[in-house]
Amino acid sequence: MQSSDPLCNILYVDLTRKRFRVEQRQDLFDRYLGGAGVAAQLLLQSCPEGCDPLGPDNPIVFAVGPLTGLFPLASKTVAMFKSPHTGNLGESHCGGRSAIAIRMAGYGAIVIEGRSEIPVYLAIHGREVHFRDASTLWGMSSSLTAGHIIREREPGSGLRTIMRIGLAGEKMVTYSCVAAETYRHFGRLGLGAVFGSKNLKAIVVSGKRSLPVADNRAYRSVYKGIHQAATSSEVMKKYHDLGTAQNVLPLNKLSGFPTRNLLETKFEAAQEISGEAYAEKYLGRRLACSHCPVACIHIAALREPHEAEPYFYKTSMISYDYEPIYAMGSMLGVGDPEGLLRLLDRAEVLGLDLMTTGPVLSWATEAQEKGLISKKDTGGLSLSWGDWKTYLEATQRIVEQPNDFFAALARGVDHASSIYGGEEFALALGGNEMPGYHTGPAAHVGCLMGARHSHLDNAGYSVDQKVLIKGELSPEALGDALLEEESWRQILSSIVICFFAREIYDVDTVLDCLKAAGFDLDAERLLQIGRDIHREKFRFKMREGFTFEGLRIPERILKTTAPATGLSEEYIRAALDHVRKALI
Amino acid sequence: MKRLSVVDAERCVGCQCCMFACSRRTNSHGLSESCIGVRSSGGVEHGFTVVTCRVCEDPPCVRACPMDALARTEKRGIHLTEEKCTGCGSCVDACVVGAVFWNSEINKPMICIQCGFCVDFCPHGVLYMKERKAAGHAK
Repeated sequence: MQSSDPLCNILYVDLTRKRFRVEQRQDLFDRYLGGAGVAAQLLLQSCPEGCDPLGPDNPIVFAVGPLTGLFPLASKTVAMFKSPHTGNLGESHCGGRSAIAIRMAGYGAIVIEGRSEIPVYLAIHGREVHFRDASTLWGMSSSLTAGHIIREREPGSGLRTIMRIGLAGEKMVTYSCVAAETYRHFGRLGLGAVFGSKNLKAIVVSGKRSLPVADNRAYRSVYKGIHQAATSSEVMKKYHDLGTAQNVLPLNKLSGFPTRNLLETKFEAAQEISGEAYAEKYLGRRLACSHCPVACIHIAALREPHEAEPYFYKTSMISYDYEPIYAMGSMLGVGDPEGLLRLLDRAEVLGLDLMTTGPVLSWATEAQEKGLISKKDTGGLSLSWGDWKTYLEATQRIVEQPNDFFAALARGVDHASSIYGGEEFALALGGNEMPGYHTGPAAHVGCLMGARHSHLDNAGYSVDQKVLIKGELSPEALGDALLEEESWRQILSSIVICFFAREIYDVDTVLDCLKAAGFDLDAERLLQIGRDIHREKFRFKMREGFTFEGLRIPERILKTTAPATGLSEEYIRAALDHVRKALI
Repeated sequence: MKRLSVVDAERCVGCQCCMFACSRRTNSHGLSESCIGVRSSGGVEHGFTVVTCRVCEDPPCVRACPMDALARTEKRGIHLTEEKCTGCGSCVDACVVGAVFWNSEINKPMICIQCGFCVDFCPHGVLYMKERKAAGHAK
């Protein structure tokens, strides 16, 4: 990288002592590019082995990449921490204005350590770092209000990110999220709880600076090509028109749309909660992350009458995507589009990860149906498919944790089922609740082997749909295909390219961009960096006690028929064993 | 004169590609030299405000400059003579729409020169160059 690039600056903030310092680590960025690659190293260095994820020793690492601020769609911030949800590698990606703001403030990474005595929020404006008293914001019922207040108090409008937690993070629900700019999230694996454990309500970052490039002419021409591709490609147009919610109908048609805790794979009300239906009836606005021309963020406008007063309405702007529609919709049998929006809104207000909350509630519903839990446990609630009003209340109780049962739900289905039973239908893979794909074996192998147990680690669901539906693949060949994809995705998440743009950012384009940013690499070296980063993540995972053999395969995913056949425990275990040998 | 205009701010998705384009034009990449601003209108859910220079007939920024460093031109908007500018910031305070941006790396104002480079990088038809009368009252 170029030595004049501020990317090499790493800001360390110590919440305990209220001190900060900057270290220059060009070596790290030269070797691992940025994003996930650099964050993994900073985590390995800053996180003591075996530390309590909710203790002061667990660091929070944010990292951006060399293309951020220079090229479109390099718009993600990678967060790394030890996950309070899985007790292992926590990694979560978020867009919004977060990446641009960190880069424009003059940093490649931010590491937050320690724990504040009192609630604080951090204000990072360029080189200035302020610790602001957030006692008054703590305990607020809505994370949106906390966001409004910080927005009015801090400078940098248009040039800043405001990353904040809700009550769920304060109460350390292990799957609470951190929201940026209201509608984008570090959703998975519980970063919100880590914020909460540190008494950290929010972080504001802003800045406005210049960035060096190695060759102006080449830079401009590569830029133009990518901008053109991003604004004219069919794939990107789909993301703009309907957003990720476009996937509802195709997956439902395929019978791969998990419904009612995966008792079924086709939802009779899919049409009502489809991307098409929401776009036609509720779409109120589209938004983009900074420096992304696509604008895939879809916001529904929900107009509700006040119960007590005639002609008095409240309009809520609620973001929707495929995964939330699956998790709080089909998975709970909720086919009422307005009821579903209210559930999404409640989770947003509380700061919960929707993708986890859905499978937690669907497990609880089935457990209650089967008599594993009683009305006494639920405090009088009868959870039943489609009853979104009861789910609204249950969502609130997961955060408030009025009794042992809801306190157990606040730690996810692995934990809750270890107490109440029902492991066979507790839908978590690697400790992380399953995403909205029951397409075949590859989807589930992908989540189990993935470094963060996310469907985005290696997109197994895509292998199901493109390969396994049509033919067979040996478990070893599947393992290899997913390993290759996952190591390539380490590159994309290290230069923090949005995965939606993965078809635009092929190897040659990535090399051209990196060259303009001052990295002279060839394809072989680039792919090797991807494999190295993947291994480094597993170095952390193994250090913290991860084993492939210890992965639990919920019986339900084996029993419910998927469009791609071949789902068996032996097949999955064989693929995982192959991956283990290749990685370790 | 042809002037940069905001056709319909409701179409703006807040991608800020125009801001980055503006900086690219000067070969100082990033945002420090950007002369256009996109910010939310009180939260992204309420949409965006796109701030551009209106090239006023009698520009308050020009009047406010104690050093005579700013001048209104017929073709290139408001022109800054850098050698004259002391970086006092009076021009920033004088512009009620906030179209005088600030480059804190060199401590100078950044004002749109009406080149239209950003228009090509607005994917949603918010910006265009249009023949318009100057804004504000004539002297």
